[in-house]
Amino acid sequence: MPSRYDCILIGGGHNALVAAAYLARGGRRVLVLERRPLVGGAAVTEEIFPGFKFSVFSYVVSLLRPEIIRDLELPRHGLQILPLESTIVPLDNGDHLGFWSDPDQSRRELARHSPHDAEAATLFGRLMHHMAMAVKPILAMVPPDPASLAPSDLKGMLKFAGHFRSLGAERFHALYKLMTMAAADYLDEWFELDPLKATKSASGIIGTFLGPRSPGSAYVLLHHYMGEIDGAFRAWGFQKGGTGEISEAIARAARAAGAEIRTEAAVERVLVRGGRATGVALASGEEILAPVVVSGLDPRRTFLELVEPAQLPDELVQAIQRFKFRGSSGKVNLALSELPDFRCLPGVGPHLRGAVSISPSLDYLERAYDDAKYGEFSREPYMDIVIPSMIDPGMAPPGQHVMSCFVQYAPYHLNGGWNDARREAFGDAVVNTLTRYAPNLKSAIIGRQVLSPADIERITGLSEGNIFQGELALHQLFFLRPAPAWARYRTPIRGYWQCGAGTHPGGGIMGASGRLAALEILKGRG
Amino acid sequence: MLKTTPFHARTSALVQGQAWRRWAGYMVASSYELLHEREYAAIRNSAALIDVSPLYKYSVAGPGAARLLDRMVTRDVTRCALHQVMYTPWCDARGKVIDDGTISRLAEQEYRLTSAEPNLRWLSLNAVGLDATITDISERLGALALQGPLSRTILERLCETDLSGLKYFRLLHCRARGIPVTVSRTGYTGDLGYELWVEAARAVELWDALIAAGTPYGITPAGIWALDLARIEAGLVMLDVDYHSSHHALIPAQESSPLELGLEWAVSWSKGPFNGRQALRRERERGAEWRFVGIAVDWVSLEALYAKVGLPPQLPAVAWRASVPVYRDNLQIGYASSGCWSPLLKQYLALAHLRAPHFAPGTRVRFELTVEHRRLQADARVVALPFFDPERKRA
Repeated sequence: MPSRYDCILIGGGHNALVAAAYLARGGRRVLVLERRPLVGGAAVTEEIFPGFKFSVFSYVVSLLRPEIIRDLELPRHGLQILPLESTIVPLDNGDHLGFWSDPDQSRRELARHSPHDAEAATLFGRLMHHMAMAVKPILAMVPPDPASLAPSDLKGMLKFAGHFRSLGAERFHALYKLMTMAAADYLDEWFELDPLKATKSASGIIGTFLGPRSPGSAYVLLHHYMGEIDGAFRAWGFQKGGTGEISEAIARAARAAGAEIRTEAAVERVLVRGGRATGVALASGEEILAPVVVSGLDPRRTFLELVEPAQLPDELVQAIQRFKFRGSSGKVNLALSELPDFRCLPGVGPHLRGAVSISPSLDYLERAYDDAKYGEFSREPYMDIVIPSMIDPGMAPPGQHVMSCFVQYAPYHLNGGWNDARREAFGDAVVNTLTRYAPNLKSAIIGRQVLSPADIERITGLSEGNIFQGELALHQLFFLRPAPAWARYRTPIRGYWQCGAGTHPGGGIMGASGRLAALEILKGRG
Repeated sequence: MLKTTPFHARTSALVQGQAWRRWAGYMVASSYELLHEREYAAIRNSAALIDVSPLYKYSVAGPGAARLLDRMVTRDVTRCALHQVMYTPWCDARGKVIDDGTISRLAEQEYRLTSAEPNLRWLSLNAVGLDATITDISERLGALALQGPLSRTILERLCETDLSGLKYFRLLHCRARGIPVTVSRTGYTGDLGYELWVEAARAVELWDALIAAGTPYGITPAGIWALDLARIEAGLVMLDVDYHSSHHALIPAQESSPLELGLEWAVSWSKGPFNGRQALRRERERGAEWRFVGIAVDWVSLEALYAKVGLPPQLPAVAWRASVPVYRDNLQIGYASSGCWSPLLKQYLALAHLRAPHFAPGTRVRFELTVEHRRLQADARVVALPFFDPERKRA
């Protein structure tokens, strides 16, 4: 029986949608199968309380690759990124530390706390610019396999080595340090102001089971500097209508190119015959055939659940079993009757249109990590907070607001496991911590959605609730993501491919994994 | 001293960086905040409030008013219905554009003309033998543009009127919190939007009422930098930037006809005599020599030019107003007169004057780009205007 499709994508997350759009544009007949009633995976907007829309999981955007925006004409399909202007850090002494989009304003604010750091920040910014420039070509590169002697791998390694040599010694050393050091140690070399180091190092722990003093956290910091908006690195924005609208825009682009997208169609397993993928079987029992099957799910589901591990080499199965997920973050979404009134900056002001970072000191973050190390959620967690309704009034009823709190740490492997009571206790810890900084918050809450890593796993399917489909640690990056020899989007099963964030370069609403996978698939005649 | 608009008491308190600019002898805000990106975003995301009071405004009333205007402008004013608004250029006898603006039919025999430059003398010259009263009401009226997807929602709250029946380029008279205003569904942003016309004495009151009603919907005062980005995306031509009034041109090459400016749609070929008709007919027969078009610069090409010197692309945050050469096969075929990076469309856009026959949409051209002090060329292509044309503009 001839199949109606050339490619089936498992999961409707943003990477699979990107891959679907590229494959459809490449002339393939494409079907996307999503288990939930809506596409987007962890980039979804849902109206949890009537009139209040939440970017339920992923909530800001910066990393989405500009070439994808252009190739898929996403602005035409609804991509509209609004500026996020500032970050304020409430301090324990009642003061605050602010980062503003105007450079003079930002410098003056920093100088108020530390004239030394205000000057150092300029040089640090330049270095980060160079580091982002250094890493940028790697984001667009299919990882070569250093252990392989195949010409394409050797060529890739040469290109890779050549790229590093072109950086020059100084930048190469800086990059090496970023790849290996703890964020806090690295920042110690630059700055003296504790809340500044804390806030910057917070970028280095997001989504990762590391503390700011754990080696390897500096790389995650860099990962968050690589985002580009309109040519400027480190620019973060907010999608009109929430992150779900990014997924919808990509889905519209995919459909416009001819892809078909089916929701409420959970794939149970990949059909394999003679070492070759032939299609998928749905939970409903329906079987759909296609010579190419692409998994947008994370490596654990791709290799250990969708196919029989017995069909895979032992070393790959073991590598995937060892692949670190360890979800470390939760999310609290609040519907508010009024804006939070921060003690450090009372009243309504521009600071409410940006991020609020609960990162008053390095010790605060490290203590938050200590709780998690021993299996508890942080009693006083790190938080990255935005009030999307201040940027897009359509997110909440007029005069009311939604507040998104990214919270760390909330370990997936909680002592005694997650249940309703523990989830709400975690929510209470978040609200109580915030209320110390914004006393009116508790009484302003008219709806609260608390998501533990277990909830993230249950709803989105992300193993252990890891937001990056596996930690962004050096041992899980580039030609090791997700496993040695299988970092080029292929799998040992012919016709079975992977395109999720568990492949290079992974993490964040970036789309690069989906694009690179699709381009690799399109190279073949299969 | 420059003049201040009727809203100055409010606007002056908001201009954080004292970033003022001149407009027709008035001072208006370039941007209220230190950066204009949020003001621009409001135009496309919520609603922006823009002080457009410096426009010249004339009342033309009486039995001969329609005839006068019809004689002067290129649109057919005799077909302008009660409460309709028409955008139109007007020309001298040689068919060269003097100015452009809107004509609003406020009452059966009463019209209002807006313009970028003084036109009292020109109106009077055209009124010979007609029973029409021309009054310069420029300083009597304040004007605010409320532009953006939520502008209708805000105005409906304010005016307690259903505005869904107010079509594109129509107007109505109403009261906003008791203040008499004329609301026209017009603007310079290419988005859903309205312009509000109010007695200068009650201007501040109207501003306050708008801010109060609009705050839950994200109303944002916006300056000219934000407006300029929006009008380029909308492909709207600007006097003294994209073309010169034939009354100011020192040499013929500085003049433009409506056909050259892409305004042929605003020229009525069937109506009675009007200024420039014969010249325009002749020009139409032989084909215009120039055309005002959109240019989209190719990103890959632009990025490569910067990558050669080790830089990421440097994009203009503020729209530029300068003459930038456009080439085809090493031959200069025209020039861009304004351009910007479109934060919405994620494209480097320019408005350009190209010579026949190089102006067909899709034509591949080269756009001059100065990269680290060196003049280079990036690939670009001719695009039909407007660049951005959302359904909500007319819906």
